Amino acid sequence: MQITLDKFTKRFGDVTVVEDMDLTVGKGEMVALLGESGCGKSTTLFAVCGIYRVDGGRILFGDRDVTRLSSQERNVGVVFQSFALYPHMTVAQNIGFPLRVQKKPQAEIDAKVREIAALVRIENLLDRRPGQLSGGQQQRVALARALIRRPAILLLDEPLANLDAKLRLDMRAEIRRLQQETGTTAILVTHDQVEAMSMCDRVAIMDRGKIVQFAPPRAMYDKPANTFVAGFLGSPPISFLDGRAENGRFVAEASGVDLPLPSHLASLESGRPIGIGIRSEFLDPSSTATVSGKISFIEAQGREDLYYLQLPDGKVVRGIQDAAHSAQLGDAVSWGVNTEAMLVFDADGNTL
Amino acid sequence: MEDGKRTWHIATILGIASVPLIIMYLFLVIDTVTDTTAGSPIPDRFTFEHWRFLWQRIDGRQSIWLVTMNTFIFAASTTVLVLAISSTAAYALSRLNMPFRRFFLAGILVLHGFPTITLIIAIFLILNMIGLYNTLIGVILVKAALELPLGIWIMKGFYDSVPWEIEMAGIQDGASRFMVWRVLVLPQVAPGILALGVFSFLAGWSEYILPQVLAPNANVQVLSVYLAGLIADDLNPDFNLFKSVGLFYMVPVVIFYLFFQKHLMNIYGGGTKG
Repeated sequence: MQITLDKFTKRFGDVTVVEDMDLTVGKGEMVALLGESGCGKSTTLFAVCGIYRVDGGRILFGDRDVTRLSSQERNVGVVFQSFALYPHMTVAQNIGFPLRVQKKPQAEIDAKVREIAALVRIENLLDRRPGQLSGGQQQRVALARALIRRPAILLLDEPLANLDAKLRLDMRAEIRRLQQETGTTAILVTHDQVEAMSMCDRVAIMDRGKIVQFAPPRAMYDKPANTFVAGFLGSPPISFLDGRAENGRFVAEASGVDLPLPSHLASLESGRPIGIGIRSEFLDPSSTATVSGKISFIEAQGREDLYYLQLPDGKVVRGIQDAAHSAQLGDAVSWGVNTEAMLVFDADGNTL
Repeated sequence: MEDGKRTWHIATILGIASVPLIIMYLFLVIDTVTDTTAGSPIPDRFTFEHWRFLWQRIDGRQSIWLVTMNTFIFAASTTVLVLAISSTAAYALSRLNMPFRRFFLAGILVLHGFPTITLIIAIFLILNMIGLYNTLIGVILVKAALELPLGIWIMKGFYDSVPWEIEMAGIQDGASRFMVWRVLVLPQVAPGILALGVFSFLAGWSEYILPQVLAPNANVQVLSVYLAGLIADDLNPDFNLFKSVGLFYMVPVVIFYLFFQKHLMNIYGGGTKG
């Protein structure tokens, strides 16, 4: 079912947490709300499921206005960060609780519980209690409980934050599989850009209660709207340099950087203050446009190494090189930059 | 244990310090089944005479069984009232966004610290006015009311430790607020309910001043009042009878403690670890 937020506003006392937010999530689509803590992403989620009252604007499920409906009337499945399993009930009772609320006959509940347990692959755990389960298993129980009513909408609040790294990888794929198999419209709230990009059809980056950019992950990574988005996406993070445009080139004297601008920006008027963003993979030995500096730090990452290239004024450009690369700590090097891929921003930080 | 030696010394010192207490308890038990010649500290005759109150009425006194029944009704009713009101009021104070919440919380603490005895005259007047003086119901209501501040405060502590998400999850699963409380939250605070129940029952069982003042009538007498009546009777002093009734009065308390001491600890822990 399509979810529409129309000028959604939420205040806590005098503090406006989310203001005039517009967002449309298509039927069967999975969208991430990505942002740092306090940006209003969880607030938005809790407003969609009805836990928070809306202070302005509307929330629509399909054509139905649910703004004033209680949580119980909305048929939304929610997975909480802490999983929020009922500790005194068995796994089967936990999963079956939404149907028990609807006073379904026990035989039907049992059948549905077994069916959904098979879907999330925990059939053998039904008699255990949540305290006897690992984090990943608890996560699956929480998912099963959220999905058993076949909700039109599934909301996930930092569902992977409480899992360890290896498990996180598995559950990312698992949650996506379940969402696609059930065809549920889903909203994922996360502060982890990798999670948002790897699991969702589209990502909405939020900052101080507003959506900064809403686009598919790839498009957002390649064409970020501004420095905030560019800085949020990508690991290792992008490196920014400030300077000015000069005859189709980017010049930053203090940093000793002089690079040609991407061809579509070659006509930028001279003297205009601009900034550039260099992602670590933009370092390209075959390019003749180079940045020079000293290697100040090397992070071994296995397949490749991450180098910190310190420019004369202390600014750092991070670059990925093959592990075979032989540069040592303290070496003075000149490295080529793929200037066509380089991101260019105006003085306000918006992408040119 | 590595440091068994060190604790052994401490145990000895404490043991010696406890001797007078132990002797007192020992004599409490021995005196109930023996007689002692006047002037001698050692009992010399065995008798069940002092337990006669179990099968016959002591002159001018109510039957012990009626009094025991009264005490039980008094303690049990108080417990039920305290549990019912504490478990709901504490939930409201812990969770619901109600007006004057802070005022109520502060008020509860003040009431808890209020010495009962200062209220006794006002309570007496009120009970007299509404016709509940000299009734069990009246004294039950008063005792429950005075126990409530502590009960609510303790239960609030237990509710506060139940994660919010559990309730939000329940509401998302479609359950009403009441069902969430009854089916999902109440089981989490069961240790608190149990502990508070035992605590209230024992408090009711041992209450003396309220029944003495507010329900002195023989028909609604409780054990503590009965006991006090025995020792206050200067014409027929019978210390061994007094000790026997005292022991009889004490036995349920001891049994209760033996069974529930683990749960009582929970009150002071205040957690949901059951």
